[in-house]
Amino acid sequence: MIPYAINIVYFMLSIALLFAFIRLTRGPSLPDRVVALELIASIVVGYVGVHAIDTGVSSLLDVAIVIALTAFLAAIGFARFLERGGRKND
Amino acid sequence: MIEIIVSLFLLVGASFMMLAAIGILRLPDLPTRMHASTKAAAMGAMFIMGAVAFYFADSVVFARAFAIVVFILITSPIAAHVIGRAGYFTGTPLWEGTVKDELRENYDPETHTLLSGYEGSPESVTPPPVTDEPEQR
Repeated sequence: MIPYAINIVYFMLSIALLFAFIRLTRGPSLPDRVVALELIASIVVGYVGVHAIDTGVSSLLDVAIVIALTAFLAAIGFARFLERGGRKND
Repeated sequence: MIEIIVSLFLLVGASFMMLAAIGILRLPDLPTRMHASTKAAAMGAMFIMGAVAFYFADSVVFARAFAIVVFILITSPIAAHVIGRAGYFTGTPLWEGTVKDELRENYDPETHTLLSGYEGSPESVTPPPVTDEPEQR
């Protein structure tokens, strides 16, 4: 039962990744792109968790921790960059 | 039994994440997109980490998955708040159907002062704003 669920979940997460990537490329302003990047990082954390179940390697959870940490720091950095005067409408 | 729980948690988490992605693709402006993406994506990641903890059934893995859940719960609201604040300050246009923007009349983007909207009323304890001093301009 778990392999079927894992296949379905891979498919759904891939579709979510595709939608977030469409918003990343189309987003009319820079904050939209930052939000899309944050969503992509969350989806990748979920992907890593599913892959840990799929392969049975529990060490992959450390990768999920590091991805969540770098996504948070990237979001903070982008927000500082925006407030301190970056390009407004890109 | 544990297989059913793991499969259910995985499917629910992936559904939340796909909902977040659909929201970020379809909704019209920055605050509504953030409203869709931040909460639903954090919920999906938490469900998937719950599935991992149930699948391995090990105390070390459980502690690690719990640490990821706590970390997401701490950092996701902070990141959303900071990005929303930066987006509002840089003048990202809101949706044309927006009903209420209470910050626009009470907030001064030059001096970063926020008024409560009740200055000078009988219930207020703060004095009314002085507008004739030259350093206020």
